[in-house]
Amino acid sequence: MYTQGLDQRAPEGAAKAADDAAALVAFQARIDAEEKIEPNDWMPQGYRRTLVRQISQHAHSEIVGMLPEGNWITRAPSLRRKMILLAKVQDEGGHGLYLYSAAETLGVPRAEMVEQLLAGKAKYSSIFNYPTLTWADIGAIGWLVDGAAIMNQVPLCRCSYGPYARAMIRICREESFHQRQGYELMLKLAQGTSGQKRMAQDALNRWWWPSLMMFGPSDKESIHSSQNMAWKIKRVSNDDLRQKFIDVTVPQGHFLGLTFPDPELRLDEASGHWLHGPIDWTEFNRILAGDGPCNRERMAARRKAHADGAWVREAAAAHAAKRANRQRAKAAE
Amino acid sequence: MTDNRMEWPLWEVFVRSRNGLAHRHVGSLHAVDGTMAAELARDVYCRRAEGVSVWVARSADIVASDPARKDELFEPMVSKVYRHPTFYEIPSDVKNI
Repeated sequence: MYTQGLDQRAPEGAAKAADDAAALVAFQARIDAEEKIEPNDWMPQGYRRTLVRQISQHAHSEIVGMLPEGNWITRAPSLRRKMILLAKVQDEGGHGLYLYSAAETLGVPRAEMVEQLLAGKAKYSSIFNYPTLTWADIGAIGWLVDGAAIMNQVPLCRCSYGPYARAMIRICREESFHQRQGYELMLKLAQGTSGQKRMAQDALNRWWWPSLMMFGPSDKESIHSSQNMAWKIKRVSNDDLRQKFIDVTVPQGHFLGLTFPDPELRLDEASGHWLHGPIDWTEFNRILAGDGPCNRERMAARRKAHADGAWVREAAAAHAAKRANRQRAKAAE
Repeated sequence: MTDNRMEWPLWEVFVRSRNGLAHRHVGSLHAVDGTMAAELARDVYCRRAEGVSVWVARSADIVASDPARKDELFEPMVSKVYRHPTFYEIPSDVKNI
């Protein structure tokens, strides 16, 4: 699901000089010709570093993203909803695995990425640091969070780095179910009792602004954007994607009979766009810095899951070693 | 106790989407051995009936051509246009050729 423009500083520069100028020109020519870059191809250090950071953050987001929804699996109101939610959460785990594999093709071991996440050194999407307080939150996440993720991810299917683009194609194919089940859930609540409708409205109120923040800082603040655009890692700007998301989502919300928590939201007849009020970037930055409502809880849950699974990893390795030894002994007979 | 950093080997996964088609590379995963890799491949790459058969191979066992030698390896084939049937001009009156 969820990639996000998290990077606001530009560490490149020094490393760039180390790359051979002619190779850089040839590399850019390949990018400009819409050629895909594959793992063993030459690439600038900055390109590799940016991709490792972006793909691993994206993978971490998928894995941490299992937590807020996993929270409701045992409390789903029907068997149908429980099966759907289980399948969705399993998909998120799968997406994390596709992405870790794509990042590994750039030469970073998986264990190193997992370690960085567990040590609190790696970033993941800010959206998962909000709590899922009611069942309607599961609908709002599918509709809004996965909807925003689709907007973000569709252009990534054309990313210049082959393994990332291919992973994104798989992910996007699976993502549509996530959004539709969420909207259907919201629709059921919106057409239900007044209490259910209130619950749906409350979820929309809480998830709307965090969903808009998923597109990352405004283009004016996002320092990484221009280089990433030139490298075709990023293909559409944060603000353009956000606008596109708002334009398709607002009518969907109105269809539900719900209102958006933005008094300045209005349709600009001339441009056809829904204009929105200012986004609270201090909240975004606070969450990215580790101080959101659930940052600590999410990391504690990941660490516990990793530690609780240690015996399984050890047992599997011991079993494989035993079988390999047995085979070797048999071969020697 | 085992080292936490202990990394299971990487496997490349190939899936046959239906009978009669070739296996196609779909991605990779970590597993302790081939049996586990094939089982995990089901969950990671075939959650929506994407296939009827899975192959897994240790990534380390795959030998690939060098991208830097791409031109010398493949260019000679590109310039041999006479290897394609479209190179030859046959009058349209001639049938079944």
